[in-house]
Amino acid sequence: MRVEFVRRDQPAAWLRLASPLLAVGLALVLAGLFFQVLGVDAGRALYVFFIEPLQADWSREDILIKATPLILIGAGLTVCFLSSTWNIGAEGQFVAGALAGAIMPLAFPDVEGFWVLPLMLVLGTIGGALCAMIPAQLKVRFGASEILVSLMMVYIMQLFLDWIVRGPWRDPQSFGFPKSRDFHTSAELSVLPGFFDLHWGFPIAIFVAVGVWFFLSRTIGGFDVRVSGAAPRAARFSGVSRARITVFVFAASGGLAGLAGIVDVAGNAQKLQPVISPGYGFTAIIVAFLGRLNPVGAIFAGLLLALTYIGGEGAQLDLGLPVQATQVVQGLLLFCVLALDTFILYRLRWVPKAVATPDTIEEGS
Amino acid sequence: MQYVTDASNDDDDYLSEIAQRKPLLLAMGLTKRFGSLAANEGVRLEIGRGEIHALLGENGAGKSTLVKMLYGALQPDEGLIAWCGRPVVIPNPSAARELGIGMVFQHFSLFEALTVAENIALALPPGSSLKEISERAERTSAQYGLSLKADSQIADLSVGERQRVEIVRCLMQNPQLIIMDEPTSVLTTSETDALFETLLRLRDEGKSLLYISHKLAEVRQICSAATVLRGGRNVGECDPRTESPASLARMMVGDDVQSVRAEPVALGDADTALELRDLHLPRDNPFGTDLVGVSMDIRRGEVAAIAGIAGNGQGELFDAISGERPTDSRSVMLFGKPAGNLSVTARRRVGAAFVPEERLGHGSVPTATLSDNIVLSRGRSEPELGGAGFLRWGTAKRWKDRIVEAFDVRKGGPDPVAGSLSGGNLQKFLVGREFDRSPDLLVINQPTWGVDAGAAAHIRRSIIELARNGAAILIISQDIDEIFEVADRVAVLAEGHLSPFTAAGETDREAIGLLLSRSVAASSEAEIEQALAATPQDQSHHAGGTDHAR
Repeated sequence: MRVEFVRRDQPAAWLRLASPLLAVGLALVLAGLFFQVLGVDAGRALYVFFIEPLQADWSREDILIKATPLILIGAGLTVCFLSSTWNIGAEGQFVAGALAGAIMPLAFPDVEGFWVLPLMLVLGTIGGALCAMIPAQLKVRFGASEILVSLMMVYIMQLFLDWIVRGPWRDPQSFGFPKSRDFHTSAELSVLPGFFDLHWGFPIAIFVAVGVWFFLSRTIGGFDVRVSGAAPRAARFSGVSRARITVFVFAASGGLAGLAGIVDVAGNAQKLQPVISPGYGFTAIIVAFLGRLNPVGAIFAGLLLALTYIGGEGAQLDLGLPVQATQVVQGLLLFCVLALDTFILYRLRWVPKAVATPDTIEEGS
Repeated sequence: MQYVTDASNDDDDYLSEIAQRKPLLLAMGLTKRFGSLAANEGVRLEIGRGEIHALLGENGAGKSTLVKMLYGALQPDEGLIAWCGRPVVIPNPSAARELGIGMVFQHFSLFEALTVAENIALALPPGSSLKEISERAERTSAQYGLSLKADSQIADLSVGERQRVEIVRCLMQNPQLIIMDEPTSVLTTSETDALFETLLRLRDEGKSLLYISHKLAEVRQICSAATVLRGGRNVGECDPRTESPASLARMMVGDDVQSVRAEPVALGDADTALELRDLHLPRDNPFGTDLVGVSMDIRRGEVAAIAGIAGNGQGELFDAISGERPTDSRSVMLFGKPAGNLSVTARRRVGAAFVPEERLGHGSVPTATLSDNIVLSRGRSEPELGGAGFLRWGTAKRWKDRIVEAFDVRKGGPDPVAGSLSGGNLQKFLVGREFDRSPDLLVINQPTWGVDAGAAAHIRRSIIELARNGAAILIISQDIDEIFEVADRVAVLAEGHLSPFTAAGETDREAIGLLLSRSVAASSEAEIEQALAATPQDQSHHAGGTDHAR
């Protein structure tokens, strides 16, 4: 007896929808086992991770706040991954966007006005896109692996942020703490009316995700992105330049990661610190795939992954689980999504050892 | 009954039938359904020992499904297969090979960078050394007149030689039945003759062949029995030697196939639509061919054809004309203006349309729907579909329906993905997509490659009609019969050199065939012209004998 993957004649349509749900279910089972092995009651741990955060107003708001950068970055990565180009450096572009947007309040603290915040969002987007141009240009000009270069850029940007908040941009009144001065009020993303902490970043993220969906499904540009990923030769026949697409998708995914960076900083901490992201840029890779490489799907996936962040914090406090438990749960999710996606195109076949004996007669007829 | 214990009456009849006749292979009542579509419905096939049996049918008639079931790649929903008089289940291709069923595929599955012996070793069970395999391969190839050197690299071999590798590889597994899918579609006339000698030798040794082909003349030449499928059902069994090509075609298509013929036209001083001026283009991959000083001049109202065996620069020529590879701006002129550095889109905007050879992955995105695939070649050049950068899906769907109707494209579902269509139907759709825009210049690489008789006739008829309405058409084809059916002028492309064009009426297929099979590096330009200008000896070859001379 042997197991084989056999290509399906037609992709299984029902699995395309069911696969993310099954993946989440499977990941929950595996996470439960994992908690049990760590010596924590699985039921209790899953409750703390996935149910408790939904029960208080403040933690529900917190989920939306954490989902904001995940949705923004995830929507951008969707564009990138659809073209079979792999930007793994959204974490670095997030930092680049936060730095570029913070130029206004930190380098020009005396400049205030209603237009400062929009300008910061634009600068943040440009900053993220410029950071993403480095792997894109190296890819297009020299064929360098965009995966490696974009990943290495993450460490460069993180260390640059660390240096700048300890050096040039350190708040002189911080008593030696490594942090920048607080943003002035016209550089803050204000809280939505009726909420405690939830700022305008969340509606911006929803708006952007829907916009990306419109771009991908209703414009020639979005069509080009999809075609160049699905069939490069056909894309060339269509008149699409692969190099131009590579540059474009890096600009788009880097730009949205940068926007996420400045939105998060201007909405929450309102200052720069040595570390500003709990790994949003990497988690958003899971968001993009769990969302079926569909920007609207990324909204739901972003909410689910945000839940794991909040649940992970709860698990640290209540159960004494390490902070890495969150990353393990997220990793299990990505693993299950990718594994189950295989079954959309393939099915399993059990191959019996004995073959073609004259005595085996076909049933039926 | 020695085979089964509790058999129904049907099975009884069936078993007594096998017991009497003992055919090598008998399939009865084979049925295979894909969703609501019955690809095969109660199909019967009987192949005797030492028989070359033809399997005929249009694209989508169910030939591939039937063959896949015999080769173990698909399992029948209903029906029985008997091998040497004993019912068998064939769960997978390796079981088929163990039984003694071998297959030579239409699309070769060889690694270009490996040698002949290495490719064969990959298909054989492990255990023998490369040296033993080389010796066995050369012995087998000599035995059947398939001259082959075991240490040559596949990339250096012609298409005909590659097919020999496939055949030898199949023969080394010592099959009793060999299934051949469209074996001559890639061969020249002389290569085809050599293949037929091999097939007859195999038959004389008592081996059986299941021969799938669209070329009815060939089937009549070498097959002694034929099974005809239409719409997944048997519509006839016959001895093709006693049938005419027209009667065979009638069985396949269901009504008479209109024969297509290019009537000579007077071009007068029609405008030049496409001009190549001393085009040089280096290959862009190790297996490509450099184009060397190609010049041509295609005018409105005519069909010009470039004959040649695949891999002699056809792909490079197509890419240069379509704009997928930019050239020196004056090397390619469209409608009298330099176009060598224009993009594909810019060329489409001035009225040019292109159909590449490779249907899947070049002409279409296999995983995208048909209406998506209309956007592929027309979205950027036609404002109705993609004006201001926005896609109009309603327009795409309307155009898709129009093309499907005009070209009788058969498909499952209203807007299926391109990869789910059969080869012939996808080709009809891709050709239809470009016809639908009424181009002033149309370039088609291999218009009817692997397409059944009915669809091929439809495509060829449309080509001639479009030209008579004032478009300039360039076809690049390996099929000499096709060229003589549609073309007004013919040239030969060999090793990147293009011969001068000759009026189709002033040369004949033997002359062209000779040029194709010969290495052009050895023959001088004068020789080519001489061969092209050969007076037709046998006018009856020219699809009815009309004089093509103008």
